[in-house]
Amino acid sequence: MHDVNSEKIRKEKAKMAASKRARFGEDIDLNKYEHVAEPLPYKEDPSSIAPDAKAQMLQTGITVDDLSQRSGTIIQIDHSVVHSTTQQSGIEIMSTTKALEKYDWLHDYYWKAVPVDTDKYTAHVELNPGNGYFIRALPGSKTVYPIQACLYIGKKNLAQSVHNIIIAEEGSELHIITGCTTSPSEEAAMHLGISEFYIKKGAKISFTMIHNWSPEITVRPRTGIIIEDDGIYLNNYIIMKPVKSLQTNPIAHCIGKNTVSRFNSIVVTPPGSNMDVGSQVILDGAGSRTEIISRAITTGGNFISRGYIEGNAPEVKGHLECRGLILKDEGQIYAIPELKGNLAGIDLSHEAAVGKIAEEEVEYLMMRGLSRRDATATIVRGFLHIDIEGLPAELNEQIKQTIATAEQEML
Amino acid sequence: MSEPMLIIKGLAVAIDDKPILHDVNLTINKGETHVLFGPNGHGKTTLLMTIMGVPRYKITGGEIIFKGQDITEMPIDERARLGIGMSLQRPPVVRGVKTRDMVSACARGRQSNEELETIVKSTNLSELVERDINYGFSGGEIKRSELAQLLAQQPDLVLLDEPESGVDLVNISLIGELINTLLQKKHPIRERERSGLIITHTGHILEYVDARTGYVLLGGTIICEGDPHEILKTIVKQGYEECRKCMM
Repeated sequence: MHDVNSEKIRKEKAKMAASKRARFGEDIDLNKYEHVAEPLPYKEDPSSIAPDAKAQMLQTGITVDDLSQRSGTIIQIDHSVVHSTTQQSGIEIMSTTKALEKYDWLHDYYWKAVPVDTDKYTAHVELNPGNGYFIRALPGSKTVYPIQACLYIGKKNLAQSVHNIIIAEEGSELHIITGCTTSPSEEAAMHLGISEFYIKKGAKISFTMIHNWSPEITVRPRTGIIIEDDGIYLNNYIIMKPVKSLQTNPIAHCIGKNTVSRFNSIVVTPPGSNMDVGSQVILDGAGSRTEIISRAITTGGNFISRGYIEGNAPEVKGHLECRGLILKDEGQIYAIPELKGNLAGIDLSHEAAVGKIAEEEVEYLMMRGLSRRDATATIVRGFLHIDIEGLPAELNEQIKQTIATAEQEML
Repeated sequence: MSEPMLIIKGLAVAIDDKPILHDVNLTINKGETHVLFGPNGHGKTTLLMTIMGVPRYKITGGEIIFKGQDITEMPIDERARLGIGMSLQRPPVVRGVKTRDMVSACARGRQSNEELETIVKSTNLSELVERDINYGFSGGEIKRSELAQLLAQQPDLVLLDEPESGVDLVNISLIGELINTLLQKKHPIRERERSGLIITHTGHILEYVDARTGYVLLGGTIICEGDPHEILKTIVKQGYEECRKCMM
């Protein structure tokens, strides 16, 4: 329940952590950015959003002209939620600010999956709140189509501050596609996004996030996931466009028995980009299983691929797989897979491989009549292909389209 | 008079500056199948890879004429599009590239989906087509997958590197049947358009596929040419020692 005292303690913690460096990633001077954005008007019809913004959103799988294939939509520009609709009963979608006003109990979830004093970025979001989305599936409700959520930066030099809370109540199922993007002007800005996921008993969330930033954007998401008995969490993260600096390392706490979690990352690091992308899974519930799969390509940028699985309960199983491909002579891929087992009877494994495209594979495809360019493109496409189970066809199609679009620019 | 499909004149090949082949000469006419015998490490695969155009196999002398055109300097993909196809003994795994997509890519739009499906069925690949190409394939599965790709590619000159190696007795007759289809063996001789050059280590494939000429490749050059069955008999009876005598 919401009480003034706990809010005060939280603010104090945030103030204490306001200068706390993050565990990973380059330290960012938040004072370089503006923290306030002018409120923007609500749009009943999201198709009235400016065409250049719509075009950027479309590249992240967000479509505002035709909502027929979506169970709900929420769009935030800068710090204003400019549109929010639910097209299915049993699914709630609104801004986090509104949800906190509506549901007193939501304060019990606020900053529980991500500690407010994790680092200066979490502290900043608490001290400079800027909305975010609240998505909840009521017990037993299942989304027919994906829900789409968009976070868009339109204001130059803004540090966009976002706090999202996603709750799948018992036996429910949520499929969410989140597109994070910015105006095409390529001006500097920053995105700080807190996402807290709560997956109740027997519930399932698939969360597909597509990032489409620009070369002057700095990004620091902070994500926590709490999974109860028999809960399923599928996370797909795709970034194939330049970004100045990105560091993200979501952490899943599998507290229930027999949970299933899977993190798939598809990353392309262009020249000038620095990306540090990881996933952590703490297997505290007996019989829980997890997989962390990462496919990374550098075309000249620097990429760090982290993975951490910790097994603390009987019969847990985890596998970590990182494969990196260096396409040009510049750029670096640094894979850091980590496993920690704390008792007998657990099964944790990892494999990592970093290298260039094997000439033997290119020649093999050329023997079938493909040109060198087509052979290389086929291998790259195959490399980025991950079999993603449990996603609706629309989301799988979106992922394929995103990869196909980026492929041309990459080669 | 038969029209030459492939003419190799005075071919010399080196890998990493180490000479492997020298003074190799052979002619394969349209519709003919020839086989290549020889112990391991004497240049059989090198010869096929060189005909295919793999750059690691550097031509240091001689020339290769295919369908009347000098292809000595031609890149692999152009040779493939001109009509040369090869089944590798140990093809690489290409992760994420499905077997179905490879078969389809080989056809380059020249065959309908129904025709490709027929190829998949005839090569007994239906259960493998959604798997990454060559990933975890058995010896027989690799050969059937390679032949499926060639059936889709429809090359005029088929190069087969040990099509029977690692294949069990049940699969070998299917492999033989597929090679016969590929080389149009059911057509009357005068109507056959495709030619083949097959490396065989054991000669087993000759029980299923008819060949006109056999060669023994020893020490990097062809030292013997003749009836393939007679050559095989000699090798089986007296080993390559008999062939070595011809070198003296």
